[in-house]
Amino acid sequence: MNGAKIILESLKKEKINKLFGICGGSVIPLFDEIYKDDDIEFILTRHEQAAAHMTDGYSRATGEVGVCVATSGPGATNLVTGLATAYMDSIPMIAITGQVATHLVGNDAFQEADTTGITRPVTKHNYLVTDVKDLASTIKEAFYLARSGRPGPVLIDIPVDIQKGSCKFTYPEKVNIRGYKPKTSGHTKQIKAAVKLINASKKPVVYAGGGVIISKASKELRAFAAKGKLPVTTTLMGTGSYPADSELSLSMLGMHGTYFANHAIQNSDLIVAIGARFDDRVTGRVKDFARGAKIIHIDIDPTSISKIVNADLPIVGDCKIILKKLTKDIETKKRSGWHKQISKWKKEHPISYKKDKKLRPQYIIEQLYEATSGKAIITTEVGQHQMWAEQFYKYNEPGTFLTSGGLGTMGYGFPAAMGAKMGKPKKTIINIAGDGSFQMNIQELATCVINDINVVNVVLNNNYLGMVRQWQELFYDRRYSQVCLGKSHKERVPDFAKVAEAYGAKGITVCKKEEVMPAIKEALKYKTGPVVMDFIIEEEENVYPMVPAGAAIDEILVDMA
Amino acid sequence: MKHTISVQVENKFGVLARISGLFSARGYNINSLAVGETEDPEISRITIVVHGDESVLEQVTKQLNKLPDVIKVKDFLNSDIIKRDLILIKVSANKKVRPEIIEIATIFRAKIVDVAKESITIEVTGDEDKVSAFMDLMRPYKIKEIVRTGVIAIERGGK
Repeated sequence: MNGAKIILESLKKEKINKLFGICGGSVIPLFDEIYKDDDIEFILTRHEQAAAHMTDGYSRATGEVGVCVATSGPGATNLVTGLATAYMDSIPMIAITGQVATHLVGNDAFQEADTTGITRPVTKHNYLVTDVKDLASTIKEAFYLARSGRPGPVLIDIPVDIQKGSCKFTYPEKVNIRGYKPKTSGHTKQIKAAVKLINASKKPVVYAGGGVIISKASKELRAFAAKGKLPVTTTLMGTGSYPADSELSLSMLGMHGTYFANHAIQNSDLIVAIGARFDDRVTGRVKDFARGAKIIHIDIDPTSISKIVNADLPIVGDCKIILKKLTKDIETKKRSGWHKQISKWKKEHPISYKKDKKLRPQYIIEQLYEATSGKAIITTEVGQHQMWAEQFYKYNEPGTFLTSGGLGTMGYGFPAAMGAKMGKPKKTIINIAGDGSFQMNIQELATCVINDINVVNVVLNNNYLGMVRQWQELFYDRRYSQVCLGKSHKERVPDFAKVAEAYGAKGITVCKKEEVMPAIKEALKYKTGPVVMDFIIEEEENVYPMVPAGAAIDEILVDMA
Repeated sequence: MKHTISVQVENKFGVLARISGLFSARGYNINSLAVGETEDPEISRITIVVHGDESVLEQVTKQLNKLPDVIKVKDFLNSDIIKRDLILIKVSANKKVRPEIIEIATIFRAKIVDVAKESITIEVTGDEDKVSAFMDLMRPYKIKEIVRTGVIAIERGGK
C-alpha cells in the first residue's frame, strides 16, 4: 500500500470521515487517494488557518478529534495560529502537513519550511516521518497523544516521497510511550485531605475551568456542588460546564466576570479549582487573589499546579474521576450564611446594561437566547462581543460555548462554527462576531456556501476594534489610535450584507431595536447556507464589569460611574 | 540556587531542540548542558545545570516531565553525586614559565595535551570548584582559549 493510502486507512481506523484543508504541491499524492476514496468527505477551505479552526470547532463540539490537512511551507505556516489556539485551550486535533521530499529537506527547497521546528511550541507533540514504515504507528501515537492526558494538537509532517513510498499496512493496536503515562485517578491521601478541607469550609467557592468540559465531568460537577451546596464560578473556558441558571452559579470570574463571583472568591476561605489554570485574566493581581482562602487544585497537568498561585493541596488527575470520589465523601451541608451573603452581592450588582431605545449588543444577545431557547451552540470571535456573548446568553450545557480563551484569536469563531456544524448537523450554530474579527476569516463564506453549511453570523458592528477602543477610552484618555474600522463614523466598511450576498449567502442589516427579533427569526428560518446579520450597534458601548489590568479582582468597575 | 538536573530522553532527532526550546520559551537560564548516549543506545542523557529558586525548579522539572520524549527527570539537589566538568585550556607559555605551569598542572592532576613554542594546552577534569581554582591560577599567564564540556553527574553507590 502506498503512504498516502496508509494515511487514509489509518485515519479511518480512528473513525475519521471528514477532513478540512487545502491541497498543494507536496500533498498531491495524498489528495489523489482522497479523490479515489468514497468514505472521506473533504471540506476545501479558502485559507489553512480557517481549516485549523474548523477542525478545532469540530473537536470542541463533538468531544472527538478532528483532522486538518495542509501542504508544506506556507500551507503549514498558515496552520500555526489554529494550532496555537487549540494548544492554549487544550483541544485535541491532528494536523497533517506535506513536506518536500526527504532528500530535499534542509535545502531551502520550493515551499519548504521547518514545520516541526516552527510548530514545536504550539503543539503537544509533533513528528517528521522519515520512513513509510513508521507512518501507521506514528498516526496511532499522534491520536493517542492528542486525546489523552491534557489533550492538545499534534502535527504530523509527511514528506511527499513518503506519501509515494509503499509498505505493508498494519495498524498497531496499542501505544506505549515510556515517557508519557498521564496519571488520572488522583492520590487517595490527597483526596481524603481535600474532603476534610471542604467539610471544614464555611465559605467555599468552586472555580471550574475548561478541564471540566474536556474530561466530560459536568454531571459530576453538578452532583458535587449540589451535595456540599458549593457555589460555582466558571472561567471563560469553563462556560457551560455548570448550568448558568442554577442557583449556585456565580457565572464567570475575573476581568469581565461578575461582581458577585469576584467578591465570593475574595471573601472565601476555600477555593476548589477544577481543571483551571489561574490565568492572568482570572486572577488579576496575583498576590491579592483569594487572599484568605486555602486552595485545592485539581488538574491532570502537573505543570498547571502551583505555576501562578501556590496550591495548598494539589491533586493530579482526571476531574471526572476525582469529582466522583470527592462527592462520595463530602458531607451534605447548607452553608446558609455564605449563600445569604452571595445573594446580597447578586442583588447589589447583577449583570446589566442600559435599557433604552438604542440598539445595544447585550439586548441582541438576550434576544438570541430567547429565540433559540438557549439551545444553540454559540461560537465567538475575540473582543467585546465575546464577553457580551458570555454574559448575556445563558449556557447550561457543556460544549455549547466555543471560544478562543487562551490565545484570544480573532477569526476563530466563524470557521469554528462551521466545524461545529459539521460535527453537530442538527444543532443551531451561531457565531457571535465583531466587525473586526469577522473580517479575519470572512473568505470562508465561500466554503460555507459551496458546502451548504448552515451557520448564522451575528456581527455586532460598532465600527471599531472595540475592546482596544474601550481600553483607550478608559486608560489612554480616549486617544483612539488605529481602532476605527470605517471610513468615518458615518460610513462603515464593508456593507456585510452585500458581501454575504456576493458570496451567495443571506445578508441582513439591522439598525433598530424593534427589528432585532423579526430579523433573528428570519435568519433562523434560513436553512440552506450561511447567514450574515449585520447589527449596527452603539459605537462606544463598553463591557462591564471590568477589573483594570493589574488590579485585584474585587477592585471592579461595575459601570462608567 | 544552582541545580544539576539529569534528564533521560529518547535518542531521537529533535529532542534536544524540544528541551532547549522549553527553556528559552519559559525564560529559564541554562548554565551548562551536556548530552551523550547512555548504556542503552535508544536513550540519551542530558545533564543540565540551571539557576533558580525552588518554584522555578519545580516548574522546570514538571515541564520536562511533560514532554513525551522525556523518560525520566532527576534533580540532584539532595543526592550524593559525583560531578565532573572537563576543560581544555590554552595558556601563553614561553620557555621561562613553562615549568611553573607544568608544576601547577601536576598538583591538579591535569594533563598536558599539547606544547607549542609560545603556548601550552592543558586538560583538567574535576568538579566545578577544582576547575575554576585551576583557571584562577592560570589567569596570570594569560589564558588564550578555554573550552568546557559542561557538567555531567552520576549518583554515588549502587543506585
